[in-house]
Amino acid sequence: MRAFLLIFFFWAMPAMAQVAGPAASADPVLEDRAREIAQSLRCVVCQNQSIDESDAPLAQDMRKLVRSRLEAGDSNEDVINFMRDKYGDYVLLKPPVQTNTYLLWAVPFLLLLGGLVWFLRVGRRPS
Amino acid sequence: MMRGFLPIIIFIGLGIALAISLTKDPRRLEAALIDQPFPEFSLSSLDGPDAILTEQTVKGQISVVNVFGSWCVTCNVEHPILMDITKDESIRLVGLNWRDGREKARDWLDKRGDPYDVIVFDPDSELAIPLGVSGAPETFVTDETGRIRYKHSGAISFEDWEKTFLPLLKKLEAE
Repeated sequence: MRAFLLIFFFWAMPAMAQVAGPAASADPVLEDRAREIAQSLRCVVCQNQSIDESDAPLAQDMRKLVRSRLEAGDSNEDVINFMRDKYGDYVLLKPPVQTNTYLLWAVPFLLLLGGLVWFLRVGRRPS
Repeated sequence: MMRGFLPIIIFIGLGIALAISLTKDPRRLEAALIDQPFPEFSLSSLDGPDAILTEQTVKGQISVVNVFGSWCVTCNVEHPILMDITKDESIRLVGLNWRDGREKARDWLDKRGDPYDVIVFDPDSELAIPLGVSGAPETFVTDETGRIRYKHSGAISFEDWEKTFLPLLKKLEAE
């Protein structure tokens, strides 16, 4: 019985995510660039997914727009800046290093440093 | 002495930081386009596939641009308010029908009434993305030169209209 249940529970195959959306661009180089850009842009309606991963209708349209802008001759940076102009920094999945994010980027290192100092001081004290 | 209080101080600090961020809605994006010109576009009108509308639609006249779709539940809530505010003939309300079908949108408006002076049909977000739209309804106010001056996310309430939109429209008229 237990074996049966085990088989039963593990029978379901993982549902593989499909690359959603309309057909990829015909040019493989351009398609790679489009995917790379799409991976760095946040799907603004699903918070923590990139538009490359998301199935949301708006993400599909954003991917379409990325491709059409690349086809029109934009550089990767042009496309990302375009989206950033429209949706703000929020659309960038990786926060840019700038005045209002210095603290965000510095905190992990400060914590590490603080931890090291604490460790060395406590570690050295005779018990 | 200080050492014993450190965890408590950190805890209180974290608590305050988290409490502040709870009051912010991450879905409400900063309006990156304020004071920027309305994006260029070329799309058909909802009622006429051959009638091409461009950014000229919002030039020469102060306009209120409302993003809607027949699929959008909150638009149902907002609709009676739009009907009411457009009783004032001087208000120019431009519709941006977003990710919708022509017939579905027409049916939706026929049932409820059509408050719009003109409706741009945008099934593939060709204008919605350059406008930074992330959901419907969203409403923009543009000045005479076609610059975006204000963005409102979510349904407009009577209070929003009277306290925010009307004073802004008056101010823009005075400019």
